[in-house]
Amino acid sequence: MHETFYDVMRRQGITRRSFLKYCSLAAGALGLSPAFAPQIAEAMETKPRIPVLWLHGLECTCCSESFIRSAHPLAKDVILSMISLDYDDTIMAAAGDQAEAIIEETIKKYDGNFILAVEGNAPLDEDGMYCIIAGKPFVEQLRHVAEHAKAIISWGSCASWGCVQAARPNPTRATPTHKVPNMPDKPIIKVPGCPPISEVMTAVITYMLTFEKMPSLDNQGRPKMFYSQRIHDKCYRRPHFDAGQFVEEFDDEGAKKGYCLYKVGCKGPTTYNACSTVRWNGGLSFPIQAGHPCIGCSEDGFWDKGGFYDRLTDVKGFGIEANADEIGTTAAAIVGGAAAIHAGVSVVKRIAQKGDDA
Amino acid sequence: MSIVEKHKEEAVYVYQAPIRIWHWVQAFAIFALCITGYLIGSPLPSVGGEAYDYYIMGYIRWIHFVSAYLVIVGFVFRVYWAFVGNVHAKQIFLPPFWQIHWWAEVWHEIKWYAMIVKEPKKYTGHNPLAVITMHIMYVWGTLFMIVTGLALYGEGTGPGTWQHSWFSTWVIPLFGQSQDVHTWHHLGMWVIICFVITHIYVAVREDIMSRQSIISSMISGWRMFKDDRPADDQH
Ligand code: HEM
Ligand code: HEM
Ligand code: SF4
Repeated sequence: MHETFYDVMRRQGITRRSFLKYCSLAAGALGLSPAFAPQIAEAMETKPRIPVLWLHGLECTCCSESFIRSAHPLAKDVILSMISLDYDDTIMAAAGDQAEAIIEETIKKYDGNFILAVEGNAPLDEDGMYCIIAGKPFVEQLRHVAEHAKAIISWGSCASWGCVQAARPNPTRATPTHKVPNMPDKPIIKVPGCPPISEVMTAVITYMLTFEKMPSLDNQGRPKMFYSQRIHDKCYRRPHFDAGQFVEEFDDEGAKKGYCLYKVGCKGPTTYNACSTVRWNGGLSFPIQAGHPCIGCSEDGFWDKGGFYDRLTDVKGFGIEANADEIGTTAAAIVGGAAAIHAGVSVVKRIAQKGDDA
Repeated sequence: MSIVEKHKEEAVYVYQAPIRIWHWVQAFAIFALCITGYLIGSPLPSVGGEAYDYYIMGYIRWIHFVSAYLVIVGFVFRVYWAFVGNVHAKQIFLPPFWQIHWWAEVWHEIKWYAMIVKEPKKYTGHNPLAVITMHIMYVWGTLFMIVTGLALYGEGTGPGTWQHSWFSTWVIPLFGQSQDVHTWHHLGMWVIICFVITHIYVAVREDIMSRQSIISSMISGWRMFKDDRPADDQH
């Protein structure tokens, strides 16, 4: 018989009490009512644990770093024991051929029944040559494993949108999971962020394992429970925004008083993520709380939206970089100037014409 | 004025009352939207004190949204009126792009503004150049602002609201992300401002120099003519 999650946890020395506590916390994190805690517990006690293959393409490992820091007291132990992270080249013990063999073994044993977690993305230029795993382009490994997976999790902004390696001009044509050509048709869940919040990552996995289905997703494929509101909607500095109290410079009085960071480029109003509610490092803080504007790291193409410290985005393609107001005032000045000149000429013409008529 | 010869004052009722009310409400609301929209992008200098002392950004956004709904209701009404109103009410929605002689008249109007021809044609409704400009800049320009605006608004009202379901869900991915929608909405404002500058300048100039009344027509509804030769549009 397969080991259940619960068996594994008990084996790891987690008490039943701690286990039940985890189940109710998980229900909370998932936005489910406490009544779901027993359901989670039951699922964990009876279901065989599901293997996860965690592949790495072009990435910086910040997703893994975030994941293993899940500060939820038990998540670290629970999640790591709960999913059998059969293959994760950053944290597994095996190396070389041995490591690669695990992939084939998992595919054979759990064909169509394991979860593929993708961190990073695949560069497509030069036949994928810019990211080689075990002597082969990453994109091939990705397609191959996806073929046999039950579902795919795109961890972080790399796998979800492209992130820094896909920023203009995207020299290697780094491509997020859902846009890789010839990918087998598998459900993909995006968990964007650079990195995503660890509690969000663990909660997503917990949900998929206990309910054996995807959490409900928005039309861009992100789990609704964590990505349906903007940072700005739940930001604790929001009252200062509504009042019109802004940090104008990082060392001014407003900065000391914790005013809103909108004018120093905060992207909270355009960023969907849970930072202002779940926060980071066990709910300790998040960028805005530390006095820094949100840079919008969970949004598509956030590297290409102008400076992190500018509220308005620079628009390229006008010869020089300019924001909407600079372009607009120039256009309005030209139109206004043209109207003034036209008016002047009209008057002169009219006078001349009158002269002719006389 | 000496160049206006003595002529029969024959007036035509062009702009029905609802159109005139709509026009001035629209003008006022768009004026308010441009000012508050600009201030949303580049807020006023920060004030001090506690958050409960002020509600400056809140009021600015509130005015933006109230005016926005005036524009939306106005637009919907204007489309409706194109069906039930008089023949002039349909003009800005359906420029006769398919008629060759109409393009000739557009060209004539361009030459009039380029001061190549001495006299404009005479129109009961809009002149053809005005129709093109209003069609593109007003009809499509306003529609663009409404669609992008409602998509941004839906982000605040959140999933499950009609603004979010009907607009945010598809408009935001279409442009890329929320910040891109902000940028386009913002650029749209400058397009509208360019239209308004031209529109007001031309209205004043035509009032003085063309062969029919302009500004007073949008107030009283009646078109007056400065000579009694026949009008060049068929009505
Ligand atoms: C001609 C009409 C309009 C003009 C000129 C206009 C102008 C603007 C401008 C310049 C901005 C700032 C964009 C930025 O962040 O850079 C803005 C924001 C916004 N506008 Fe409009 N707008 C118009 C119509 C509308 C309409 C019809 C709506 C629909 C409800 C709307 C809703 C919004 C919303 C929700 C925001 C974002 C507010 C925020 O971020 O706090 N606007 N508008
Ligand atoms: C103080 C500012 C304004 C003045 C003096 C003004 C004046 C006029 C006049 C005189 C007309 C009639 C033109 C004709 O007879 O051919 C007109 C029509 C029109 N105006 Fe304005 N206007 C102003 C602001 C605006 C604004 C802000 C908008 C919207 C962006 C606007 C949109 C229109 C449209 C769409 C029409 C065509 C009406 C129709 O045929 O249904 N106007 N305006
Ligand atoms: S700090 Fe950023 S997210 Fe917070 S209220 Fe200001 S603009 Fe919004």
